Amino acid sequence: MSVALRIEGLDVWFGDGRDRVDAVKEAGFEVATGESFGLVGESGSGKSTILRAITGLARDWSGLIEVEGKRIEGARRDRAFFKTVQMVFQDPYASLHPRHTVDQVLSETLSLHKLGDVDARVVRLLDDVGLGAKFRFRYPHQLSGGQRQRVAIARALAGEPDILLLDEPTSALDVSVQAEILNLLTDLRAEHGLTYLMVSHDLPVIGHMCDRLAVMKDGRIVEVMGVEALRRGEAREDYSRDLLAASVGA
Amino acid sequence: MSDMTLRQWLLTDAPSSRRHARLSSFYKGWLNLRSNTMAMVGLGILVALVLAAIFAPWLAPHDPFAQDLGNRLAPLGTPGHVLGTDSLGRDILSRLIYGSRITLYIVALVALLAPVAGLLVGTVAGYTGGIVDAVLMRITDIFLAFPRLVLALAFVAALGAGIENAVLAISLTAWPPYARIARAETLTIRSADYISAVRLQGAGPIRIITRHIWPLCISSLIVRVTLDMAGIILAAAGLGFLGLGAQPPSPEWGAMISEGRRFILDHWWVATMPGLAIFTVSLAFNLLGDGLRDVLDPKDEGK
Repeated sequence: MSVALRIEGLDVWFGDGRDRVDAVKEAGFEVATGESFGLVGESGSGKSTILRAITGLARDWSGLIEVEGKRIEGARRDRAFFKTVQMVFQDPYASLHPRHTVDQVLSETLSLHKLGDVDARVVRLLDDVGLGAKFRFRYPHQLSGGQRQRVAIARALAGEPDILLLDEPTSALDVSVQAEILNLLTDLRAEHGLTYLMVSHDLPVIGHMCDRLAVMKDGRIVEVMGVEALRRGEAREDYSRDLLAASVGA
Repeated sequence: MSDMTLRQWLLTDAPSSRRHARLSSFYKGWLNLRSNTMAMVGLGILVALVLAAIFAPWLAPHDPFAQDLGNRLAPLGTPGHVLGTDSLGRDILSRLIYGSRITLYIVALVALLAPVAGLLVGTVAGYTGGIVDAVLMRITDIFLAFPRLVLALAFVAALGAGIENAVLAISLTAWPPYARIARAETLTIRSADYISAVRLQGAGPIRIITRHIWPLCISSLIVRVTLDMAGIILAAAGLGFLGLGAQPPSPEWGAMISEGRRFILDHWWVATMPGLAIFTVSLAFNLLGDGLRDVLDPKDEGK
């Protein structure tokens, strides 16, 4: 099986000198093509930072990041990268431009990816994420949180990427909407053959969505395990067991 | 289409085209503004000013430059001269009406120059950061440190008196606050998720600044410009008063006050009428600015 995403010895830090904060330390894992991989850990454990380092939003990092066998350097990413990797942000209330209609958001994305036939594609994208054409000319403030997140997912899918980075895509939504979005993501993965790298602090969500997962604590990856092992409660490390117990107990 | 359905069409939650969405959001802003009585008073005064400027030749009872030395310094309510005449016997009302053209000309030019320059400098500095930011903002600081009227005076003295130079001088001293506002807005916007998201689609800095940051800065700038308009009119009047703006016999309001100053004790209306005109227009801009702030503030959008 080919590897979609390989990360080895990844360090990510913010600031310099005495202000330096090491957010991620020597993280490493592989995500196979078509796989759904989860990153779990408590707040501040560095899981979102890994996604930001991959996409170049976190500038200072060292180590190895390989996307579909191509090594990535520095903070600049080329067009081919954006065509391969896309990201869905945590907070749908912050990830859509308040003055742009859904149509503007999607057609700008399509034109940035140099895709033609914009009108038909926008409608199809909205259909894909279960919104329909009547939402096309609405502003974000005319949409609910779940609808906004669907637009954000449509935007991520517009460039027809292979790999989708999901940064807690449901944590800002209420429970009933969470389930809808998770099901949508599952359907889209099956339909488009996507690879997911999903960050969450919610173990049931990871258990539902992912094949394998990595547990993070204080910027380090403590353990990588299959979701079957997670379900059977077979974590090897103490911290993973604590996390598991806390989530089952809740 | 009846009136009611037009209203419904405009207020719909599900617009059917790009134009429809834009009109609908425009109409909602208008409704919001209309509910603010004071802002509507301000808007009414400004519309009247624009109309007066356009139709000056038809509205003005006399030629603003026609002198009648036998009828000089006529008081208010003189038949044929409702607002009296000045020291050369020219009709003050006609001069005020023609003067609105000059006022609007100054306001429009400054409103085109200063905020645009400020927006450009501020957003580029804010988005780029680092050394570009430092250099641009120190230049802004230098301009901010100059006393406004003194810098304008120096500028006019160097280039010569006249309306265009007065406008340039005022713009030169007016842009730094806009640059500051635009930079502050940009700093809060640039790390927002929707900017990250569009960067992840491969958008370059020029597209991000012009398409994504400008629309969010412009509303606070418009508000600031309308609030500053009063100050700009006063600065232009001040330059006119000092003899460095519009030159006689041009009916610029500040210059009219300057001329009337000599008779202010015995013939108070000669200086007071243009003063009242400046006061009214400044007040109108302030009222409108306050109302626009409520409508345009992006932070209140959608609540």
